[in-house]
Amino acid sequence: MAAQQRPLSPHLQVYKPQLTSILSIVHRGTGVLLGLAAFGLMAWLLSTAGSIEAFDRFHAFVGSAPGQVLLAAVTASMVYHLLNGIRHLLWDIGWGFELSEAYASGWVVVGLTVVITSALVFVAMNAGGAA
Amino acid sequence: MNLRDPLAIARGLGSAKDGTQHWWVQRLTAVALLLLTPWFVWQVLGLIGADQYAVRETLGQPLNATLLLAYVLSMFWHAQLGMQVVIEDYVHGWFEIALQVTVKFAFAFGALASALAIGRIVFSA
Repeated sequence: MAAQQRPLSPHLQVYKPQLTSILSIVHRGTGVLLGLAAFGLMAWLLSTAGSIEAFDRFHAFVGSAPGQVLLAAVTASMVYHLLNGIRHLLWDIGWGFELSEAYASGWVVVGLTVVITSALVFVAMNAGGAA
Repeated sequence: MNLRDPLAIARGLGSAKDGTQHWWVQRLTAVALLLLTPWFVWQVLGLIGADQYAVRETLGQPLNATLLLAYVLSMFWHAQLGMQVVIEDYVHGWFEIALQVTVKFAFAFGALASALAIGRIVFSA
């Protein structure tokens, strides 16, 4: 069966970006990033279980500038994906489906993501003398 | 000739023929991660700056190791389900199959390696 190359909706080039659609694609994007970050968690566990050199190598990377930026990005993604995940679970049980509610919960997620991520980064930077 | 009622065949099954299993496991692991992530973040914040011995000591405690194992397994399972859907939506043709297989193997490897590491931490602590 020859598949016809039909245009697929939504037609992004003529589609006005909205909070709901942006949060939806960001949920996917952060999900993919967190999926990759799971291998970072694996590396941390392996280095903790392994030699002291492996442990030091892992922490040298996490403590470096690129490592810190990556860690902050993963932290923000984790907070966002978790909060927006709660929003999805609430939709799953049938709560908050009205358009106004979807927008309100969206803004709550955005606001809480900024607050919680900032708090975590602040606590992490002031703990144990790292960063 | 099939005399089964079409509804009996269709009931509970979408076009993917596995019903709501994928959807349900994704939600189940989501709830597990929702409960375990705050615990994990709390543990990690407490371990900042700690040396390897101290980290092993903490993670090797039975309750911590159990929760950590649950966290890692839920995470890799949930991530693998999500990656599958993203690939299904955006990648097509032979590359889609290759990528799906690669991702399944990679995430299975990640889960196994993490579980092994936790086991080693527990039994050497």
